[in-house]
Amino acid sequence: MGLFNLFFSPHRHSAAIAKERLKIVLAHERAGRHAPDFLPKLQKELIDVVCRYVEIREDMIRVNLGKSGETSLLEINIELNGAKPMPTPSRGPLAAVAPPAKSG
Amino acid sequence: MAKVVVITSGKGGVGKTTTAAAFAAGLALRGHKTVVIDFDVGLRNLDLIMGCERRVVFDFINVINGDANLNQALIKDKRNDNLYIFPTSQTRDKDALRREGVDRVLEELKQQFDYIICDSPAGIEHGAITALYFADSAIIVTNPEVSSVRDSDRIIGILASRSRRAERNEPPVELNLLLTRYDPGRVVKGEMLTVEDVKEILSIPLLGVIPESESVLRASNTGTPVAFDNDSLAGRAYLDAVARFLGEQREMRFVKPERRNFLRVLFGRA
Repeated sequence: MGLFNLFFSPHRHSAAIAKERLKIVLAHERAGRHAPDFLPKLQKELIDVVCRYVEIREDMIRVNLGKSGETSLLEINIELNGAKPMPTPSRGPLAAVAPPAKSG
Repeated sequence: MAKVVVITSGKGGVGKTTTAAAFAAGLALRGHKTVVIDFDVGLRNLDLIMGCERRVVFDFINVINGDANLNQALIKDKRNDNLYIFPTSQTRDKDALRREGVDRVLEELKQQFDYIICDSPAGIEHGAITALYFADSAIIVTNPEVSSVRDSDRIIGILASRSRRAERNEPPVELNLLLTRYDPGRVVKGEMLTVEDVKEILSIPLLGVIPESESVLRASNTGTPVAFDNDSLAGRAYLDAVARFLGEQREMRFVKPERRNFLRVLFGRA
């Protein structure tokens, strides 16, 4: 029993599993740690603006803050493949300031 | 120049207060005038671990609020003349730990002491952030266990971004890893993360490894910092860690299992 356990115990490598899991979760959490707080709001506002002109879904826009050597990079990717232009440019919040329709 | 050292971990129950008590005792034994402060407002426990719970009259919050002066609140240890305990309050007002007040008290302590050891509460709320904010040096207490390692990583990130040194663009808080409740027997069996695993994952310098030891519970039962117990492996490991903290080179002890009877290994692992 003792010898068998020593070589074939299913728990034998649980520490190795722990190490792998930790490495993965911490890599993810460390990457998110340095993202400034305004990124989600920036992404939402960008979507709003772009939506006035072309029809895009939320997942077609990606905002990332990265580093290239010494330079910080704000990277904005908007996928336009398959996006249709909006039928009327005056939709959305801008409609409020559009000139009123002529009366009479 | 006095040094402010925070004992922190993120996760609870990993041995912060045990470490704060042992570390302060170890520094005092080495001749440094040391005070250990309890930052866990509302859940005072350092007094029990230090064995001075019946001598608490005034506390940290009293001094911050100006209801008592520092020397009325400081408790002198009966075993070592260099060691003082600064208990916290049992108030439930968690905002009582105002940053300006803490700053003022720490500045006053710096006039009298070589080392100011801050015992942080668990978590990343107000008390824990206040405990680490003024630190020059941090000891990250970690168990070889996934949740503890993850929380330690989080605290390391907070020290790097939210401490006063970070805010003022001063040299960063000096980081030290202390691995506690280490069981070399289970490590050999592959059931526990190794010292090297944790070092590699957290990538901060290792100050020491404290073996899982019955003497730690015995020490807390009797209100004696474990570093005062010469027979305790954990106590000796703490004294080694203190020596390394003071710049000495010491070989890591207690990281390999004690030799065991071959027949016991063969016929089951009691």
